[in-house]
Amino acid sequence: MTEHSRLRRFMTHFWLALAIVIIVFPIYLVFVASTHTSQDILSAPMPVTPGPHLVENYTRALGEGAENLGASALTMMKNSLIMALGIAVGKIVISLLAAYAIVFFKFPFRSFFFWSIFVTLMLPVEVRIMPTYKVVSDLGLTNSYLGLILPMVVSATAVFLFRQFFMTVPREIAEASQIDGAGPMAFFGEILVPMTRTPIAAMFVIQFIYGWNQYLWPLLITTKQKYYTLLIGINRMLSGADVQIEWEIVMATTLLAMIPPILVVVLMQKQFVKGMTDTEK
Amino acid sequence: MAKQYEFSSKGLPYLLVLPQMAIVLVFFFWPSAQALWQSFFVQDAFGLRTQFVWFDNYLKLFRDPEYWDSFGVSAAFAVTVALSSMGIALFLAAQANKKIRGASFYKTMLTWPYAVATMVAGVLWLFMFNPNVGVVAWFLKDAFGVEWNHLLDSTHAFLLIAVAASWKQIAYNFVFFLAGLQSVPATLVEAAAIDGAGSFTRFWRIIFPMLSPTTFYLLVMNLVYGFFETFPIVHQVTGGGPGKATSILIYKVWRDGVVNLELGSSAAQSVVLMILVIGLTVLQFRFIERKVTY
Repeated sequence: MTEHSRLRRFMTHFWLALAIVIIVFPIYLVFVASTHTSQDILSAPMPVTPGPHLVENYTRALGEGAENLGASALTMMKNSLIMALGIAVGKIVISLLAAYAIVFFKFPFRSFFFWSIFVTLMLPVEVRIMPTYKVVSDLGLTNSYLGLILPMVVSATAVFLFRQFFMTVPREIAEASQIDGAGPMAFFGEILVPMTRTPIAAMFVIQFIYGWNQYLWPLLITTKQKYYTLLIGINRMLSGADVQIEWEIVMATTLLAMIPPILVVVLMQKQFVKGMTDTEK
Repeated sequence: MAKQYEFSSKGLPYLLVLPQMAIVLVFFFWPSAQALWQSFFVQDAFGLRTQFVWFDNYLKLFRDPEYWDSFGVSAAFAVTVALSSMGIALFLAAQANKKIRGASFYKTMLTWPYAVATMVAGVLWLFMFNPNVGVVAWFLKDAFGVEWNHLLDSTHAFLLIAVAASWKQIAYNFVFFLAGLQSVPATLVEAAAIDGAGSFTRFWRIIFPMLSPTTFYLLVMNLVYGFFETFPIVHQVTGGGPGKATSILIYKVWRDGVVNLELGSSAAQSVVLMILVIGLTVLQFRFIERKVTY
């Protein structure tokens, strides 16, 4: 630092603290609402300190869910988890394989394959959502985990990241492994993948969050309660008149939907930041 | 970059790219081609007959004032969200990058909201500004006499979704700006200080120009976010209303396709959006190649 002034330093803390208050306040309010009864929340102004109904509300949200929904938060959590893990693991596995082929093998159409994957970077799923829906429904995959996961597994980002990493692996390692008599798949499984664990962890964090937070896609293809994810459940609970909404259950479910991805970011912050800024290149 | 060792195997590489290619083909190329194909047809109300109509769907779209309104709202929304969330994030990153006590605490606290789903951000702000139960809506009325109702007032609706979308995006921009700031050499900044440049001059003349690759990358990413990834907020908070006041393009595609079942028009809209994204991406690669630097 070049200048030292007390006021300047105070203002730095002030702005950062203010930003954190603005970030935390909406979430604090959700927590508060999840500890009161619906009547308390509906009586304006709503209380801004936690109430005594925490255990009761969360038990109900997890066990049965709101009356107009027909799905418990526990079921929806399971669905969100299956979708998030399926998307994250699926993307990582197929991208590792494809990047391995593209970097370590010479074969006809190699650059054709590379560019076909590359162009998928350009079109987020949102802009081709309707035709993708039609394909999935023609395949009979609506209301199924496969239907939730497979179309989201397209990922140019992961192929890029792994390709970039593979290109920095010294060729001598591959040569040595071949001289030792190991086949290409043994080299891949026993040497290359273990070497790649840092980029894999980074990719996992980002894709897990991406998968957990999917909204438009599950909204289209899940019509049965059995396959609702948390975010879809929250939307359905809120789509009635204000007075009929069981706010305390909605808010408890919202908090439950926030916790897993936040935990992943906080616990794996280093990998997360690395993964984000590495994919930029 | 060193040339990589290449294994010699005839079938294996194809087997390795097969899963990725199968998924790309079935869930990317096939639907994109179908959207293009379908955008040249109209379907009757019962979905029994389709008729090839050349560019009619596009012409109808571009003659429809409602579509241009939607375009205008989307552009205003995306630009508002991009500029406000990037501006705030840059300011906060500059603060958090100073050598102060608790810097790592501040960094963590400003990073984790990245994990909050866009849809949840919508719910959080909806809950604060709900005309019946919202604490902030109640406060606005009590303290300033403002009757907040985003279901009736289109300015309120626009502001609410813009604030929710920006709030959610600050963490993303913060991570990138902070990484960018940390890579600015301290010696350069110190040299400028010795030359007598004040902190304001140092920031705008030295640091900000060095951030330009990051800033440009973020600008494109934020515009893409504002245009296409904010569907959950619009869907949850305003439903495109009041009237069509907050019906951004991506919401309109969904509504025309899923609710109104105008498949030809929806497909034509999808194609227009695809061209828009491809344009943005190409622009980005052009700039990255030319290295936007000082």
